[in-house]
Amino acid sequence: MSVSLQDVVVRRRGKTVLGPITLELPNAGFTMVIGPNGAGKTTLLKVLHGVERISSGSVSWSVPSQTAREGQAYVFQSPIMLRRSVRANLAYPLQLLGLNKADISARVTKWAARIGLSAALHFPAPRLSGGEQQKLALARALIRRPNTLFLDEPCANLDGSSIREIEEILREAVHAGTQIIMTTHHLGQARRLADHVVFLNNGQIEEQASAAPFFDAPSSVGASAFLNGDIVE
Amino acid sequence: MSEIWAGIAEAFRLIWSLDEDLIDITVRSLKVSLTALVIASMLALPFGTWLAIRRFRYRRFAISVLNALMGLPPVVVGLIVYLLLSRSGPFGVLGLLFTPTAMIIAQVIIISPLIASITHQAMRELWSEYHDLLISLNTSKRQRVGALIRDGRRTLLTAALAGFGRAIGEVGAIMIVGGNIDQVTRVLTTAIALETGKGDFALALGLGFILITLSLFVNLTIHALSRTESEGRW
Ligand SMILES: Nc1ncnc2c1ncn2[C@@H]1O[C@H](COP(=O)(O)OP(=O)(O)O)[C@@H](O)[C@H]1O
Ligand SMILES: [Mg+2]
Repeated sequence: MSVSLQDVVVRRRGKTVLGPITLELPNAGFTMVIGPNGAGKTTLLKVLHGVERISSGSVSWSVPSQTAREGQAYVFQSPIMLRRSVRANLAYPLQLLGLNKADISARVTKWAARIGLSAALHFPAPRLSGGEQQKLALARALIRRPNTLFLDEPCANLDGSSIREIEEILREAVHAGTQIIMTTHHLGQARRLADHVVFLNNGQIEEQASAAPFFDAPSSVGASAFLNGDIVE
Repeated sequence: MSEIWAGIAEAFRLIWSLDEDLIDITVRSLKVSLTALVIASMLALPFGTWLAIRRFRYRRFAISVLNALMGLPPVVVGLIVYLLLSRSGPFGVLGLLFTPTAMIIAQVIIISPLIASITHQAMRELWSEYHDLLISLNTSKRQRVGALIRDGRRTLLTAALAGFGRAIGEVGAIMIVGGNIDQVTRVLTTAIALETGKGDFALALGLGFILITLSLFVNLTIHALSRTESEGRW
């Protein structure tokens, strides 16, 4: 599914936190939204998912908005755990889809193994460690086989081996045809994964390009400074 | 000190001998308060949940009213119910004054705001935790409420328990609307008040002891139920 934004503005308490943004995103692969803290990355992601109220402008998916949302999954910046077992957390989105028990059970088992939580199926999800919660949130999003997956800083506060595990899962998902739109402030991660980059600063898109040219020779001052590790204001 | 021991001894004697009055009073207490609890829960649990997730114009006002109602002195509730049910009152024709039904009505009025308020607080917390996820998962209103009730069930049980505790220990309102009539509307609390008034401390203490045991028993039972349930699922 491809999406385009037309003059989208998000205002909160009289302050413009995003926009005006006009943007057309590719409909496959990894799109990385990067930029300093407070740039508006989370807000942009939520606008694309349709859960953030926009003050003006329009968002349009190539399919009707209801269908678009059904094909999307979103992993929030701080993972939201249902007060249930690991198993029940993984099963929940599938129950909403009305899948039968055997199907649900098979998928849950597969994903629990994929994220290394097979032994913790009956453990209460809110009592998992932060890293385990992030992996569980990711698995719970992918278990529905979404067309589009939004990830808001999925690797914040994770150690190296967990980051490698998650990146591996993400690559597989893209390979299987899921489009990923993801924010990060790990430059290294953006370099490793991105096919397409959107650089946000102060609520504005300062630059967007394919990954290779962007990282080789960014054309905007802000992006150059950001890539150099300078302080961007 | 000896009076306390006499009271405890008397309580044991009453229980041991399955004293008819005592059983009668205890059963009536349970019937009245459990009925009030069921009715109040049916009103207050959905209302508290609704208040937590629904945004409407007078929401804040409704919450303040709820909190104010929670602080209503039971005696005043008793007085109002008395006036409504008395022969010259609007519902006088029903002939409900000095019946267990009148006591149930008073208790429902007393505990519903408490149950609704605890439910509201717990559900609002859970809702703010779940909100983004449930919206993102494209859930229907029904499914959202379902998830909240399912995952908040222990807090809901706590709310119901608090309501029951208040109902079974309440004396002012049911004294007024029930009249503390022997064999008809006499319950544990009103019997204790009467026996104390008569200077029969031993029996009063004995009944008090039973009241405490009773509410402890009910509390522990429900708690144990909720724990086995949750352990079974997790
Ligand atoms: N509901 C809100 N009310 C006021 N300000 C907000 C609100 N949501 C976000 N902001 C502000 O918008 C800006 C962008 O936020 P965000 O999208 O979270 O940035 P990022 O994810 O890039 O760090 C920040 O300055 C933030 O403080
Ligand atoms: Mg953010």
